[in-house]
Amino acid sequence: MSDKISFTLDGKAVQAEADETLWAIAKREGIAIPHLCHLDAPGYRPDGNCRACLVDIAGERTLAASCIRKPTEGMVVSTTAERATKARAMVFELLAADMPAREASPDPDAVFWHWYEKIDARAGRIPAARSGIGTPDDAALNLHDHSHAAIAVRLDACIACGLCERACGEVQVNDVIGMGFRGDHTRPVFDLSDPMGSSTCVGCGECVQACPTGALFEKSLIDPKAPSGVIKPQKEVDSLCPYCGVGCLTKVGVSDNKIMRVDGRDGPANEGRLCVKGRFGHDYIRHPHRLTKPLIRRADALKSGDAVVDPANPFATFREASWEEALSLAAGGFRAQLKEHGGKGFAGFGSAKCSNEEAYLFQKLVRQGFGTNNVDHCTRLCHASSVAALMEGVGSGAVSAPFSAAADADCIIVIGARPTENHPVAATYLKQAAKRGAKLIVMDPRGSGLFRHASHPVRFKSGMDVPLLNAMLNVIITEGLINTDYIADHVDGFAEIAANAAGFTPQSVEAICGVPAAEIHEIARVYAKSKASIIFWGMGVSQHVHGTDNARCLIALAMITGQVGRPGTGLHPLRGQNNVQGASDAGLIPMFFPDYRAVEDNSVLGRYQAEWGGALDTKRGLTVVEIIGAIHDGTIKSMFIMGENPAMSDPDQHHARAALAKLEHLVVQDIFLTETAFHADVLLPASAHAEKLGTYTNTNRQVQLGRPAVMPPGEARLDIDILVDLARRIGLDWDYGFAKTGQADVGAVYEEMRAHMPSLSGLPWSRILRDGTATYPAPSPDMPGQDILFTKGYPTPNGRAKLVPAALVPPDEVPDSAFPLVLTTGRLLEHWHTGSMTRRAGVLDAIEPEGLAAMHPKEIDRLGLEAGNMVSIQTRRGAISARLRADRDVAEGMVFVPFAFQEAAANILTNSALDPVGKIPEFKFCAARVMASAEAAE
Amino acid sequence: MNKSAKPESSSRAWHPKGRPLDVAVLDEVSTLLAGLPPKRDLLIEMLHRLQDKHGALHASHLKALAELMRLSEAEIFEVASFYHHFDIIKEAEAAPPPLTIRVCDSVSCMLAGAEALITALKSQVNPAEIRVVAAPCLGRCAEAPAAMVGRNAVGSADAARLLALAAAGSVTSEIPAYDALSVYRAKGGYALLDRVKRGDISVDELIDMLSSSGLRGLGGAGFPVGRKWASVRSFPGPRLMTINGDEGEPGTFKDRYHLERDPHRMLEGALIAAHVVGAERIYLYMRDEYPAVLDILAREIAALDAAGLTAACPIELRRGAGAYICGEESAMIESIEGKRGLPRHRPPFIAERGLFGRPTLNHNVETLHWLRDIIEKGPDWFAGLGRRGAKGLRSFSVSGRVRNPGVKIAPAGITLNELISEHCGGISDGHELAAYLPGGASGGILPANLADEPLEFGMLEKHGSFVGSHAVVVLSNHDDIRAVARNILSFFRHESCGQCTPCRLGTAKLEALLAPGGKPDIGLLNDLDHVMRQGSICGLGQAAPNPVASLIRYFPEVLT
Repeated sequence: MSDKISFTLDGKAVQAEADETLWAIAKREGIAIPHLCHLDAPGYRPDGNCRACLVDIAGERTLAASCIRKPTEGMVVSTTAERATKARAMVFELLAADMPAREASPDPDAVFWHWYEKIDARAGRIPAARSGIGTPDDAALNLHDHSHAAIAVRLDACIACGLCERACGEVQVNDVIGMGFRGDHTRPVFDLSDPMGSSTCVGCGECVQACPTGALFEKSLIDPKAPSGVIKPQKEVDSLCPYCGVGCLTKVGVSDNKIMRVDGRDGPANEGRLCVKGRFGHDYIRHPHRLTKPLIRRADALKSGDAVVDPANPFATFREASWEEALSLAAGGFRAQLKEHGGKGFAGFGSAKCSNEEAYLFQKLVRQGFGTNNVDHCTRLCHASSVAALMEGVGSGAVSAPFSAAADADCIIVIGARPTENHPVAATYLKQAAKRGAKLIVMDPRGSGLFRHASHPVRFKSGMDVPLLNAMLNVIITEGLINTDYIADHVDGFAEIAANAAGFTPQSVEAICGVPAAEIHEIARVYAKSKASIIFWGMGVSQHVHGTDNARCLIALAMITGQVGRPGTGLHPLRGQNNVQGASDAGLIPMFFPDYRAVEDNSVLGRYQAEWGGALDTKRGLTVVEIIGAIHDGTIKSMFIMGENPAMSDPDQHHARAALAKLEHLVVQDIFLTETAFHADVLLPASAHAEKLGTYTNTNRQVQLGRPAVMPPGEARLDIDILVDLARRIGLDWDYGFAKTGQADVGAVYEEMRAHMPSLSGLPWSRILRDGTATYPAPSPDMPGQDILFTKGYPTPNGRAKLVPAALVPPDEVPDSAFPLVLTTGRLLEHWHTGSMTRRAGVLDAIEPEGLAAMHPKEIDRLGLEAGNMVSIQTRRGAISARLRADRDVAEGMVFVPFAFQEAAANILTNSALDPVGKIPEFKFCAARVMASAEAAE
Repeated sequence: MNKSAKPESSSRAWHPKGRPLDVAVLDEVSTLLAGLPPKRDLLIEMLHRLQDKHGALHASHLKALAELMRLSEAEIFEVASFYHHFDIIKEAEAAPPPLTIRVCDSVSCMLAGAEALITALKSQVNPAEIRVVAAPCLGRCAEAPAAMVGRNAVGSADAARLLALAAAGSVTSEIPAYDALSVYRAKGGYALLDRVKRGDISVDELIDMLSSSGLRGLGGAGFPVGRKWASVRSFPGPRLMTINGDEGEPGTFKDRYHLERDPHRMLEGALIAAHVVGAERIYLYMRDEYPAVLDILAREIAALDAAGLTAACPIELRRGAGAYICGEESAMIESIEGKRGLPRHRPPFIAERGLFGRPTLNHNVETLHWLRDIIEKGPDWFAGLGRRGAKGLRSFSVSGRVRNPGVKIAPAGITLNELISEHCGGISDGHELAAYLPGGASGGILPANLADEPLEFGMLEKHGSFVGSHAVVVLSNHDDIRAVARNILSFFRHESCGQCTPCRLGTAKLEALLAPGGKPDIGLLNDLDHVMRQGSICGLGQAAPNPVASLIRYFPEVLT
């Protein structure tokens, strides 16, 4: 482009784009201009308020803030003119006058002090406004607030630059921090100037990462014993977050083999952001419950479904053993079982928490070593139905576009997902889009943090997804809003969809869905007519007996309107676990080899047979819930479970635990003595995410590298080494360099896996090591990955998408007079999955310390209950006791129980009825009743 | 209510994060806000309703308001806590007393004994019943000291009178006699607007007329009106117009003077200006310290609506909430948008991107007041009325040590000595002219020997001063110039928006350095002057060191 601006910067002729700031141009030219309120990081709007970056522009009466000022043709800018340097020095002198001295400052290493040192500001001339820490001023102004579990607020060091407000409001879009009051009283406030710990703060810590003075600071770094009172990490490791499917890149600060601080790094999925789990939930790896020695079940410890083991003192059930003894016993047991029952008597659960390499090796171990396809993992419990519908419809189970595509969308549908709780960093992209003016349609029976940002909040009746979505299809078809060209070119099955949708007029479904017909019309039109519309969904769609049907309807919406394959369009099931995408891709599922090659496809089978040898299973294996059933049937007798906790995560827990207890040989590989491990014969202490090297694939199809930050504790070993060792002991000829070094080479495993996965052909190990992140598919190792799929058709046999109509299937168990409420389950922001990690993370457990059941205040009143008291929640499968929370997000007639609390385990209550296609249980709907705990005890 | 008592076992297990929402309060707030759509730009109006009804903003109400507005609590708090006419009360805090007496302590009222009045009142009131607070300029400087008993604005106040009004429950302002719509129309009002709308006078002709009349923006900046119109018109529509009625510059009360007598002259001018630039809507921002003017405008705008005169361009009245900075045009725009009054960075200028991001024409009240006369009588008539090359008439607000203070309509370019002798009946008895403020708090302090300089835009700058809003405060040999300067810095500290470092901290430090008895480091004063003047975002911070610079230049003896 020729519309570059030419101007003079410090005497040098410079060219720049018209929308570049002087500060950014100066940086590019190697001129460092001081800055405090401007954070040079993605998503931060420069604000120009601190005036630390003032520059002189010839002919202008006053100085200009270079962080916001843009050049014009012929402008003459000086960063070194005395009027500018003097003013900048005065800015620092003024600010420092009201702050504690550097050595007494909350963070002597803060950005402010670095610049202060460089600028050589004068000191000692200006009277301080306040008398300092510990004085009456301090008490009166509440300058120190330590009420939050993770963050210390020390406003005597605050310079009112507002970065924390932008961090909270514009970057994370949580809007908890405001700049309160006026003039020299201006200061950050939480909510209505409340203590941070009792505010609506979600603890993402973005403000801490942004603060230039340490006024907002990690408590983990405060150490009165350190010389400056602050711990400075000895090393920093570039890695990624272990929690959800968003895949945030991190920078992990380590001292003395301990993680002291985690900051967000500029990754494609997070651009520097983190949530409370990613930033503050890292200390679980040093929890005293951590397994550091192999354990073997004592001969006198009988197995029983209701057995409970205290992870702090497991020695009534287990005894410590050497690795040699434990692995011999584990492998010996499997060999004996295999001899007696064959492969059909065995099943393995891998984990979506483990790396791609571990997932690949695990499924290989099961298939090659045991000759069975009975291998699965918790994908079955989250998006199996979505993947089934996507595979059937578009020939690919992954997302068609990353969540960051929301930035290009004019309309965003979020249905059955609570990303503000479960994918907090992904949610920031949706909230930012809404702030920018994109239409945000949030459809959910339960409210969430996203509703406040929604242009179209739609609270519909639980389980009524299919009629609601069919009615939207009806409107789009009836009003001629379909994309006929797109359908003609790319879509099969439109006629069937149209015929089916004809039976679902908005008027006919408004009563059962609880959504006025006019609203259904409106959202259907907005979705269909917008230039670019994208759909996100979560477990509220998938975890139903009609989960596959729900996803089919969403696919149909996108296909008949052509809202796919372009920027800002697409279909995005928000994946739950950090590597649920990768584990499924790597073949950790019973019907597919890596890259979704069907196990029942002879040509595929033949290839693996040739490479791996042995007798591979020719039939698809059993799924998670089916495996539990097969144990009860007596078909499956032994299991190997790596990093999975079905005793907590499977529905109808009594049933699941009884099955685990029934196994003749159970080997569990984990970092904690989980509820599943209660029933183990051998327990192998493994490594945590922060201790190992490996790749993980996030919800956006980005393959990212986790690097070891700390050493595993005690005798705990790397998972990959345990897998290889065990494989060798059951007679497989695996090596990966293990024989020589005792350690498997992760890169060698990756490359073997990649050889089986065309999707990863453009992502060689060298690229992953170099960049730390890459999107698949990529046309070649030196080309960027494709963010957006289906730009030219679909990877189906005929290249066209296939639509499948969905009829109304009611939930499996509907409320009745005995169980009049609907129970729904899910997660909390702080507690991830079964809680085995997060409940052992100090900050997370401090924020949400106990099991709870949430109901609408009106429902609580109606039942004569009292929020804050213990209640009993009961279903046909069991009862639990939890503290009652009044929460207007939960619809009347419903009760929500998170499944992270072992003392109030939601899955004691849930229904194991399955979606017929995806085999996913109906976690989101069953009949329940709630009564005061005292009443229940009588 | 005891139902919501917190269980002891867990800090927040019984409700989601943050303060719980009381559903009954939600209904109550919803009822109170009936008729106000849940638009962000109406937030301050909503806060007024809550404050007016309950005497304070209670946390539970703000929580409910946040829910209704789909804003966060912090977004509401930062706005509510910015404006001094709102009192935020947390759950455990006591509400303020039912009645507040505000006593002006800005320059003119300080000269007239405001401090003693405040002390006297505080010693006499029952603090459970009446709260006495010092307030920045109330715009009644000719009747100093001024006060407000509730919403009753009172001039020439003394403690006995204020307490009697409070006791009598006389807490609303009396509406002065003024020309209502019918009267104004009977005198020929709005005929010009008709002609303009019919196209009898073209837009280009109007711009030419205004350009040659020499009319300048009389809010203080003095920008030529004709050029401003042409500039706004050059940016693609839709366009908007704002009227700045936030007359907060200490010593200034001319806008109130005109609006309490002849409001339609300004309103007709506004509709003409809106026609010229093609503005779709006018937002009239009026300071909360002028309750009578707010009543008059509400009534007369309703009358205009009824008469169909605003059909093409509705006028929306917005009420300030106690913030001088909202007289700065971009801060006022932020305030109209329902936000804190933080001045914006320039560029872009509001003519290009103003209210709601649209090209915006902003005028001061007095500027619009002159439009009709200029167009009807011709630009030459107006241009010919000035002295010493200046054009037109000015409404000087004169207060301080003169016999007859008040609004004086006088020729542009008049000198202080002429203004005092021709319009104010001379200096007050027993006083000798020692110094004067030519432009309110912002314009610096000039010594008596510069009393023959023309009080006009561009003429005083060489003396480190400017005429600004033409608020002239006359100081005598009995007045403490350093105390006057410190009073002004105290005002600026109080009114600084707090956005940029030089102003937020510089005003506070200058005030502290001028404390009685101290011998400030002149080098430091100069350095503070430098960073504030060169580095502040808006005119407040840039002009705030003016009185100190004046002391250094003209009255160095008071600093030692």
